[in-house]
Amino acid sequence: MKGNKLFTRFALVALAVTMLLACSVPAMAEGYPDKPVSMIVTYSPGGATDFQARLVTMMAGDDKYLGQPIVIINKPGAGGQVGWNWFVQKGSKDGYTLATYNVPHFIAQSIVYPTKYDINTFEPVGNWGADPAVLIVPKDSPFNNVKDLVAYAKQNPGKITVSGAGMYVGHHIAALQLMKAAGIKLTYIPEKGGVPAMQSVISGKVKAGFNNLSDAFRNQDRLKILAIADLERHEFLPKVPTLKEEGIDVDNSSVNYRGVVLPKGAPPAVIAKLAEVFPKMFNDKKVKAKMKASGSPEKVMTRDQVIKMFKERQVYLEGLLAELKKKK
Amino acid sequence: MVDFLTYFPQALTPINLLVLVLGVIGGLFLGATPGLSPTMAVALLVPFTFHMEPATGLVLLGAVYTATVAGGAISAILINIPGAPANIATLLDGHPMAKQGQAQKALYYCFISSLVGGLFGMVIMIFFTPPLAEISMEFGPSEMFWIAVFGISVMAGLTSGSVLKGLIGGMFGLLISVIGFSPMLATPRFVFHDVLTGGVAIVPALIGLFAIPQVFSLMETSHKLTNDVEFKPQKGILLKTIKENLSHVKALSIGSVVGSIIGVIPGAGGQVAGLIAYDQVRKFSKNPQSFGTGNPEGVAAAESANNAMVGPSLIPLLTLSVPGSPTAAVLLGGLLIHGLFPGPDLFRSHADVTYTFIASLVLAQFAMCIFGILMARYSHSVMKVPDLEMAAAVTVLAVFGTYSVQNSFDDVIVMFSLGTLMYIGRKVGFSAAPVVLGIILGAIAEDNFLKGKLIADTDVGVLHYFFTGSLNLIIIALCAASVGYSVFSEARQYKKAKARARAKEAGS
Repeated sequence: MKGNKLFTRFALVALAVTMLLACSVPAMAEGYPDKPVSMIVTYSPGGATDFQARLVTMMAGDDKYLGQPIVIINKPGAGGQVGWNWFVQKGSKDGYTLATYNVPHFIAQSIVYPTKYDINTFEPVGNWGADPAVLIVPKDSPFNNVKDLVAYAKQNPGKITVSGAGMYVGHHIAALQLMKAAGIKLTYIPEKGGVPAMQSVISGKVKAGFNNLSDAFRNQDRLKILAIADLERHEFLPKVPTLKEEGIDVDNSSVNYRGVVLPKGAPPAVIAKLAEVFPKMFNDKKVKAKMKASGSPEKVMTRDQVIKMFKERQVYLEGLLAELKKKK
Repeated sequence: MVDFLTYFPQALTPINLLVLVLGVIGGLFLGATPGLSPTMAVALLVPFTFHMEPATGLVLLGAVYTATVAGGAISAILINIPGAPANIATLLDGHPMAKQGQAQKALYYCFISSLVGGLFGMVIMIFFTPPLAEISMEFGPSEMFWIAVFGISVMAGLTSGSVLKGLIGGMFGLLISVIGFSPMLATPRFVFHDVLTGGVAIVPALIGLFAIPQVFSLMETSHKLTNDVEFKPQKGILLKTIKENLSHVKALSIGSVVGSIIGVIPGAGGQVAGLIAYDQVRKFSKNPQSFGTGNPEGVAAAESANNAMVGPSLIPLLTLSVPGSPTAAVLLGGLLIHGLFPGPDLFRSHADVTYTFIASLVLAQFAMCIFGILMARYSHSVMKVPDLEMAAAVTVLAVFGTYSVQNSFDDVIVMFSLGTLMYIGRKVGFSAAPVVLGIILGAIAEDNFLKGKLIADTDVGVLHYFFTGSLNLIIIALCAASVGYSVFSEARQYKKAKARARAKEAGS
């Protein structure tokens, strides 16, 4: 009887040890990944981020890269806050849960709201795209250039409605920058994503909008694109001037960078491996061709470049949003 | 139309046909799985189309879209869990039918009506794309707000019996819809617990409200081993059912027309098409009391509406790159990866791909109907499962379906909490449909009202903005008519009941 009990105890300990071992195996990068990796997309299926995330990870199953497929899980809500909060609080830290990031969205949110995440809780492994915000107006709008719009706004403060994909996303930042730089007042209309915001402009429900360059590019027959909020003109729309050229001092802080992060606490070896593999994967010929065909502007950046970009944005956005924060 | 016929044979190549059939069969199963909505199913498949020919990839997506919309009705009818929000209205009469031993007939009704509605929607899409694309752009915040109000006016009719209870349920749903971050200022509201930060997502609410009370009531009666109803395959009813189904011209035409109209409106989506059509058919019916107790007309209305929505929801997508439903939004991705940008170009330089896609959607309607009917033949085996095991199976499916939406246990907690509340609510005569409608429409109404107010404040003022414009006025008139009719019919029934009581008194 006693021996039996002892045996049971031994078996339990052995079981516990095996389970512990089983748990700790994925923590080593040796053989990582040995099962499919999931990636949290903080926006709903069908949005630009979701679509591009699916596109750039389509080659992950190839032995050249991860050798395992990446499974997309959508956790939309509150402009991305729901998904990112979940990711840093409840997501596994073993390297099998990744997330997409959108700059400046998550940085601006971490400044304005009590979020569980900020630039220090993410370990970036690569950036795949950069989608600048462009200033658009309906086809039949009286505004033909930025000067017209600014002049009208000066005469009629707050009368120009500007749509964008939500609160504190790149489009909102661009609108805030434009207001500050030109000394005008606009009424920003936050919508549930870039597509409805674009629709409001095409149908003339709002007087202007900031939207993704990629979406504006695809709809250019139905819009007037006045300017681009970036440092240089874009290859997709070479005729559209930058806001700077139009005499308004707005930099590239609103450019929507998209890439992939691991949570803080992920095994360093996994971070190193993904940081090496992902930029290569984003540069794959097939991926590049599909990105181009779908009109999605690509910009591949390595881990170090992304960390630097995060820090620059953090400093700038803290300054820009300081006044807004005070009002609250 | 000529273009359509020119390219039609391209949809018939062996590989496209194979993909079509596989897509339809897979779609029916995916749709029947609670929690796997058409949107999720199509999103899962988009990456597979990366490696296919553009036309073949789109044939797959189109087939899956069509089939999942209809497949959601299978679980709605058999186990009272709507596969997707679009199938709520199907369940109201479909499940009572199944409980009376007519599951097979209910499913036949569902697939035949889906085919009728689906074809109607496709015809609308093929012939009227340009004018409808323009109309779809007329819907701005004020129009969308009124559309949501119209949907709310339907609530009263969704509780068989008490209008008041329907409205209270609906208000409860509206209240749930404001949980989470406010759409404009992103202030957290009613977030009593971490679980609620993202608000109550629609699929967990849907599964909780319908499936959990169902589980509880199955357990209540599970000690009884004898079934009052015998479930066996109903042989030789196919032709009879087709005939009978097609004779419900009114239900089918109202369903198809309402579904098509709602499909064109961007953002409203098919989620409410079924319910609105169901309510209209009930209002025009000679005996509205029979709805909700297993009236096949209800199934016909709901299913023809939510499949009629598929074609028209692609109109704003293909012409203006504005998707008419969440699923159409995912389909946009499927177009973009092959460099097919929505717009006039799609019908000119890429006509071969576009028309093959449209043709395959038409074929998918037929394939969906045929395979759906084949599957329906085995439905009796689901109904034969003893209550005890059924309760366990439904619980497993409910948890699985809820968790799989975004791999979140929080959603499972929300699902069980709402379900338990609903069980108590059901005991005192509330039903789940108005609550779900409230959750869906609350968000649409609030978002568009606030957006409209922001725009109106810079311009003409709120009153002027919401109460002028012909489209606004038309929808307002519809709302008034809907409410007015509900009050009128309620009063009439009250009078009748009173008269009957008096007659009884006089008689005795």
